[in-house]
Amino acid sequence: MSSHLELFAQLTANGVAVGSIYALVALGIVLIHKATEVLNFAHGDLLVVAAFSAWALIDKAGLSFWLVLPLVALAMGVLAYGIDALVVRRIVGQPQFAGVMLTIAIAFMMRGLVSMGFGTESQSYDTPWTGSSTEILGITVADLSLVIMGSVLLIAALLWLFFRYTRLGIAMQAASQNQLAAHLNGVRVKRVNSLVWALAGVTAAVAGIFLAPITLVDTSLWLITLKALAAIVLGGFGSLPGAVIGGILIGLIEQYAGVYLMHGVKDIAAYLVLILVLILRPTGIMGEAHGRRV
Amino acid sequence: MRFDYHTQYRQGFALLPHTSDRVLYGLLIALLLAVPFFASTYLLGELGYVLILCIAAMGLMVLTGFTGQVSLGHASFVAIGAYAHAWLMTQGLPFALSLPLAALISAGAGLVVGIPAIRVSGLYLAMVTLAFSIVVEQVIGLWRGVTGGFMGMLVPNPELLGLSLSSPRAFYYVCLFFTLAVLLALLNLMRSGIGRSFVGVRDSEAAAYALGIPVKRVKVGAFGLSAGVTGLAGALMAHHIGYLTPDAFTLLLSLDLVLMVVIGGMGSLRGAILGAILISLLPRAVAALKALLPDAMARQSGMEIFVAGAVLAFFVLFEPMGLNGRWLKLRALGESFPLYRRDTFRRQKSYMRSERNR
Repeated sequence: MSSHLELFAQLTANGVAVGSIYALVALGIVLIHKATEVLNFAHGDLLVVAAFSAWALIDKAGLSFWLVLPLVALAMGVLAYGIDALVVRRIVGQPQFAGVMLTIAIAFMMRGLVSMGFGTESQSYDTPWTGSSTEILGITVADLSLVIMGSVLLIAALLWLFFRYTRLGIAMQAASQNQLAAHLNGVRVKRVNSLVWALAGVTAAVAGIFLAPITLVDTSLWLITLKALAAIVLGGFGSLPGAVIGGILIGLIEQYAGVYLMHGVKDIAAYLVLILVLILRPTGIMGEAHGRRV
Repeated sequence: MRFDYHTQYRQGFALLPHTSDRVLYGLLIALLLAVPFFASTYLLGELGYVLILCIAAMGLMVLTGFTGQVSLGHASFVAIGAYAHAWLMTQGLPFALSLPLAALISAGAGLVVGIPAIRVSGLYLAMVTLAFSIVVEQVIGLWRGVTGGFMGMLVPNPELLGLSLSSPRAFYYVCLFFTLAVLLALLNLMRSGIGRSFVGVRDSEAAAYALGIPVKRVKVGAFGLSAGVTGLAGALMAHHIGYLTPDAFTLLLSLDLVLMVVIGGMGSLRGAILGAILISLLPRAVAALKALLPDAMARQSGMEIFVAGAVLAFFVLFEPMGLNGRWLKLRALGESFPLYRRDTFRRQKSYMRSERNR
């Protein structure tokens, strides 16, 4: 295989792996936005909390990865449920901007608590796949990347089944489409919305646990929220499949920009895409066509 | 209770209608003018910084509080103003010429960013401005020829008519002058036709359009004006910092500015100033608090950001009108003292409102 093609294939593999993480974060944000119309700026910090707790449990307490994963996911679900039930629910009826400000406030508080509780130094921990890699069609792919891609696909499929076939999933869809009508049909809207937050918290936990070994366990992980926003906008705001596709595309664009475009473009590629999409095609790839939503 | 008895038409639109207001604000200005004669150099520098933040917060207030356009990226205009000013001064332009030019350059950038505001609004606009601010930060880091890149750039000392303005006392007066000038200009602008069209666009775009207000032009214009004022603050900030690097103008500065506007209270310049004072004093207050805490807790570094978040959450949940709203309530309490009813300002029950089908 020629070296150009090999580079391209390698970039594609890396891009899809990083993009899968973006997709997972974007999924969580879209879930919350669809249900409660709150754009959750604290999502990245849920991820930071998850990554640091996983580090503390794996590296400090010496627990096995397979025990930590469900434990942290459950804890983050409870935390996210609590955030909605105790704090965010109280601003219902205020303008959208209030929701943005409140989640930014929550993000600040979580970030402060994390650096108070776990210190400000960057950490890292090992997963069962750290260091090993597989060769597929002549390109070497880290096993961790394969696991990430696999689990994101699995989570997306599970979410789809959940929303399609379970009573709770359908109740969530109903509540997000029309709260009043759902309420009149016996859906407990408040509780369902908090459960959506819990679900998003679980996805954030999974994303955090898988992202941290690739980069580092650090409070600056929250910046992934902004990349995820670019993914959401590219995919079409409010569309779950769009969020996944957008996330993977943003991951690919970043990897390609790092090699094929001039120095420094890689860091801002996602944001340039965000600006361009919002100006040229505000509905994104999979956005709903009707009405004025932007 | 106070009843106004007007004998002349002009009394109806005086900025300070009551003698007590005039006396109090006069005393405040006299105090601010007298501060350099008894304050330490360090305190003067800090006060100058607070005044600069007041200007920047007023700039953002014009956009977010009066026109209803959310911007999460105003640090980029501070940066553009600062770098433009520093670059123009290194090219040999005098301080008095470079300062307004820097504000104009920043206003131009604001007009460009305002163009997306025609097509997108609300959260989407917030995201565009956020992305713009990150892009600007990176571009400043990479554009070595003009900005010095990540290595930074030295800001020349300010001079006016042969007098050096670099001493803390002189620079404090410069900041005070510009704060008062911007405050007066914006106060008058906001009650003119232009300002009322801003407020009209904020409250209902459709109604404003029906009344013949050119909504698109107003939005872009508000962006330009706001960016210009913020750029002026940036130019002054350049002298305060003395040595410009891109990491002085990160996302955190943008968020701080938004915090000032929200905590101060939307739609009032007094709110912008109160918010700027509170937010810039917050790190000092936390530092003072740390001195009282046991050593192990005092060494933790996340407390500043935690306190900032807690204050913001407190205001969003319990006092959406901000410091200005609290001030107005206290004043109403004082003016109608024996007759004050507890439920005057009780918040009404509110329900979920969808913004999906506007």
